[in-house]
Amino acid sequence: MRVTVDQSKCQGHNRCYALAPELFDVDDYGNAHEIGDGTVPPESVERARLAVANCPEYAITLIED
Amino acid sequence: MTYLDDKSIYGPVSDWATDFDHADPEYNKNAHAIWDQLRGQCPVAHTERYGGTWLPVTHEYVHEIAYDTDHFSSRGVVVATVKPSDNPDAPPAPIGGAPPITSDPPFHQHARRLLLPAFSPKVIDGWEPEIRKLCRELIAEMGDVDHVDAAVQYAQHIPVNVIARMLGFPLEDSDLFRSFVHNVLEAINLTPGARLEAFQELDAYISKQVQDHIDNPRDDLTNFLLEAKIFDQPLTPQHVTGTIILLLIAGIDTTWSAIGSSIWHLATNPVDRRRLVDNPALMPTAIEEFLRAYAPVTMARVVKEDYNFHGAEMKENDWVLLPFPAANRDPNEFPDADKVLIDREVNRHAAFGLGIHRCLGSNLARLELRVAVEEFIAAFPDFELAINEEVKWSVGQIRGPRELPVRVNSRR
Repeated sequence: MRVTVDQSKCQGHNRCYALAPELFDVDDYGNAHEIGDGTVPPESVERARLAVANCPEYAITLIED
Repeated sequence: MTYLDDKSIYGPVSDWATDFDHADPEYNKNAHAIWDQLRGQCPVAHTERYGGTWLPVTHEYVHEIAYDTDHFSSRGVVVATVKPSDNPDAPPAPIGGAPPITSDPPFHQHARRLLLPAFSPKVIDGWEPEIRKLCRELIAEMGDVDHVDAAVQYAQHIPVNVIARMLGFPLEDSDLFRSFVHNVLEAINLTPGARLEAFQELDAYISKQVQDHIDNPRDDLTNFLLEAKIFDQPLTPQHVTGTIILLLIAGIDTTWSAIGSSIWHLATNPVDRRRLVDNPALMPTAIEEFLRAYAPVTMARVVKEDYNFHGAEMKENDWVLLPFPAANRDPNEFPDADKVLIDREVNRHAAFGLGIHRCLGSNLARLELRVAVEEFIAAFPDFELAINEEVKWSVGQIRGPRELPVRVNSRR
């Protein structure tokens, strides 16, 4: 399972970074991106789903392998 | 400083669907019921006031307009008796009078990008100790009394203090800043002449502060703006002044309203207050839920040219209010939209707006809100609304308690 942030949709609400800092990071402008290739370890699956479900801009996608 | 009274040029509202007025004191007081009524009746309400204004109340419509920068301009974001199109001195699109909030694409992103780093999460986190210290000082100043006004003695001081430090403005002018906020955001239904006079006073104060920063440069946001460049050119003096007005006005009563509304909720819902006191791990979801249910900020747009929006015949230069707080209570977007659930885990609220104008200060606002609530309930684990005293709500686009008398039943 992987997460990706669509850079064209992210407006820097910072919800994903607050919910799952092990999966997302923010740049100097406050815009979010997935860490590494976005792989979600088993212990972070619930937080990954919450990050997707709380993004006001619908910018995060969860890809089930 | 003139503190403008709330004498309206309009009378009381006769019908919320066809004659609404967000400056009628009944509006913010009864906002949730009014939005619920309008959502069932007509998803876009209209009024002839302010030269013609529209009010969509569903999440779908608010979302659509927030994203549609082709038909809707941000040139005017405070619906008032003076329209930008009626004011020959109003700076034109796409820059507007207070960039980037009043800017449209393509200029908008350049003005916004300048400011984003100062308000990014990791920079803002550094302010937490200062904010906590300030909250504790305010609580200590209340003394050992069993009656406090959580808006007047607490909430209203927190954001003013932080933004004054960021801009490098005198902290002792905080009463003045609150009068500017009142005049810009609450005294919106006065004669155009009275309104323009209030803006001249604000401009004169900012110009004086800017001159002081030119003469005595220091490390703050004001000097940052004076040295900043867009397209290799320094910002115009109007851009610098406009951005300072934005930073000064936008962060103050918005955050103070969110803090006040959250304390109001805890004063009126003892079960939630006890849960939060006993289980601080609920704080993150509680804060997001307070932001959803009591979102303070309604933004506005100006219609660029005649446009039929889902049957609403909008005319060029009409105002459109963007009530993100109403979108946050739309049952089609949120299950149990009318209930405040402090453990709500899925909460895609729009308290900080949607699209390119997402609140620049959202990370700061959220931090101030969380720390303010944490410190208040830590000091006063048991409190309720004072009996026989009225909560006074703001008027206009920013909704929150301006007077919030509470009785303190226990303290630590």
